[in-house]
Amino acid sequence: MRLSDEERAMLAGELGAVRRWGISHQIAVGEFFDAADFVPVSQAHVMADTESLGEAGLRFLEGLAASPEAERRVRVPTITDPRGIDFAVYRRLRQTPEMAALEQRAIEALRAFGVLMTDTCINYQTIMAPVRGEHMAYGDTGVVIYSNSVLGAYSNFEGGPSALAAGLTGRTPRYGYHLEACRRATRRFRLTVKPRDLSEWGALGGIVGEACGSYWEVPVIEGIETVPGSDALKHFGTALASFGSLALFHMPGITAEDAVFAGSPPAVVTIAQDGIEAFLARYAAPEDKLDVVVFGAPQLSLFEIEAVARALDGRQVHDGTTVIVATSPEIKHAADRMGLTSRIEASGAVVAQGICFYQGYAREMAEANGWSRLMTNSAKLVNIIGGYGYRPTLASIERCVDSAVAGRVL
Amino acid sequence: MPILVRCHKGIGPTVAGTALVAADNFSARYDLDRHRGVFSRPSHKLAGQSYADRILVLDTAKGGVATAWMLHEMAARGIVPRALIFNRVNPILAQGAAFGGVALVDRFEGDVTQLFRTGDELRVDPAAGLVEILNRDR
Repeated sequence: MRLSDEERAMLAGELGAVRRWGISHQIAVGEFFDAADFVPVSQAHVMADTESLGEAGLRFLEGLAASPEAERRVRVPTITDPRGIDFAVYRRLRQTPEMAALEQRAIEALRAFGVLMTDTCINYQTIMAPVRGEHMAYGDTGVVIYSNSVLGAYSNFEGGPSALAAGLTGRTPRYGYHLEACRRATRRFRLTVKPRDLSEWGALGGIVGEACGSYWEVPVIEGIETVPGSDALKHFGTALASFGSLALFHMPGITAEDAVFAGSPPAVVTIAQDGIEAFLARYAAPEDKLDVVVFGAPQLSLFEIEAVARALDGRQVHDGTTVIVATSPEIKHAADRMGLTSRIEASGAVVAQGICFYQGYAREMAEANGWSRLMTNSAKLVNIIGGYGYRPTLASIERCVDSAVAGRVL
Repeated sequence: MPILVRCHKGIGPTVAGTALVAADNFSARYDLDRHRGVFSRPSHKLAGQSYADRILVLDTAKGGVATAWMLHEMAARGIVPRALIFNRVNPILAQGAAFGGVALVDRFEGDVTQLFRTGDELRVDPAAGLVEILNRDR
C-alpha cells in the first residue's frame, strides 16, 4: 500500500502504540484486498458486544485503553453498535450479573478512546445520516447497506477491531465499496409483488440475498411502483446483508446512485407473491407454543415503536410468553416522553434500550428462560437465531402481537 | 510429490492440518456453538461437526460483523480452526483473521470445495499464496 508521511509515522509508532496497532491492522487487511492507499473517513461505528469480544477481546480493549490519553483518543466521531445488556432490564431477561460486569468493563474501555456510546444499529435514522459520497467505517451490516444504497455513502463492513482502528487513524484502506468499480450492478431482479409489511420486505431481502450470496454482488431491484419508506428499506437491506452478506443494492429512481451494470445487463429474475409466501412458510409453526417475541434486529424506529404500542393497546401478553422490544437510547427516551413505553409495558412487554437480542447472550437466555419458539417480524433475526438453538417464525407486527397474547403461534 | 495449489496472498501464519470441506458458507455468529467447538446451525452442511484445529474449506463468508472479534476470542480459548480456505471472503473474515492471527487464504483458480477433500492433509502458506496437499498426488 502507498502510505502518506503521516501513515508512515503511525506505522513507526511515532504517534503511539495504539495508533501503530490500528494502522498495522488496517494495512494487513488493505493488502489482502489489494488496496492502493487509504481514504479518510468522517465517522467510525464500532460493534463490540461482550459475547463477541469475550474475555480476550475485552482484555485487548482494556490494554489499549490504558495508554496515555493523547495516544488513545479517536480522531473522528466514533459511535457504537448495540450492546448486549440493558442494565435496567437484564435481570428480567435472566441475563447474569457476570454478563453485566463484562458489559461495564467494555463500556469503560470504549469511553477511554473517546467513543460515543450511541449503542445503535439505526444511526442513520437517529444520530447522523451520511451524505452521498461520504466515506465511512461503519461496523454493522445493516448500517452499511442502508448508507451505501439509500444514501450513497461509501463503506465496507468494518468489524469491531477494524472500525476502532479507523476511528484511531481517521482512515480506512481504499478497497471494496470505496471504489466506483465495485459499486456497479451485477445481478437483476424484478418484483411483480408489493410487500405488504416490514416482515415481507425482510423476506424479499432474504430471497434476493440468498440468490446473490456474496459480498461482491450488487443487485438491482426493478418493478417497485411505490417508494418504500425508511423502515421498509431498513428491513430489506438488513435481510440482504444477513442472508447474502451484501453491502449495496440499487433501486432505480429510489436509491442514491444510477444502476450501472458491470457488463451487459444480466438476465432478470422475477420475484412474485408465491416467492414471498414460500419464504415465510420455511419458518411457519402454526399453533406451536410461543416462548418469546422479539421486535428488533434492526432496532425499532419511533414509528415502529408506535405500531407495536398500537397493536398492544389494552391487551395482555400471555403468561407463558415474553415480548421484548429493542430500540436505541434516543428512540427509547422519545418513547418514554411520548408515553409509548408505558403503553407497551402495560401489556407486560419489555422495552429495552441500546441492545440487540442476538448480541445479548441469546443461547444463555434461551437456556435460563426455557425459550425455544421465537417469533419476530425481522427476517434478519430468523436467519441468525437458529444457530443459537431457537426455532424462529417470521410474521407481521400485528400477527406477532396476536400470537403473544394467545401464547401460541397464530 | 505434494500437490501445489496457488491462490491470492493471504493473512496469518503458515500452518498444517486436516481439511474439513463443505460447499457452504460461514459466519462464527450464525453457524457455530463456540463453547463446544461445533457447527450448530441445523441447516449447515457441517452441522454437528467439530471445527477445532481443522482447516476449514468453504465457499464464502456470510452475515454480520461478529466474526471479526470472534476468531480472536476462539483463538484465545484454543478452540478455533487452524486455517480458513475460501473461494472468496468478505472484509469481516479478513479483518477477523488479521486480528485473531488465524491463517486465511482465498481467490484460487477453481472451486476450493472441489480442489480439496475432507481428510486432506494441507500446508497453508498465506504469505506465499500457496496450499500444499501433502497426502495425495493427484
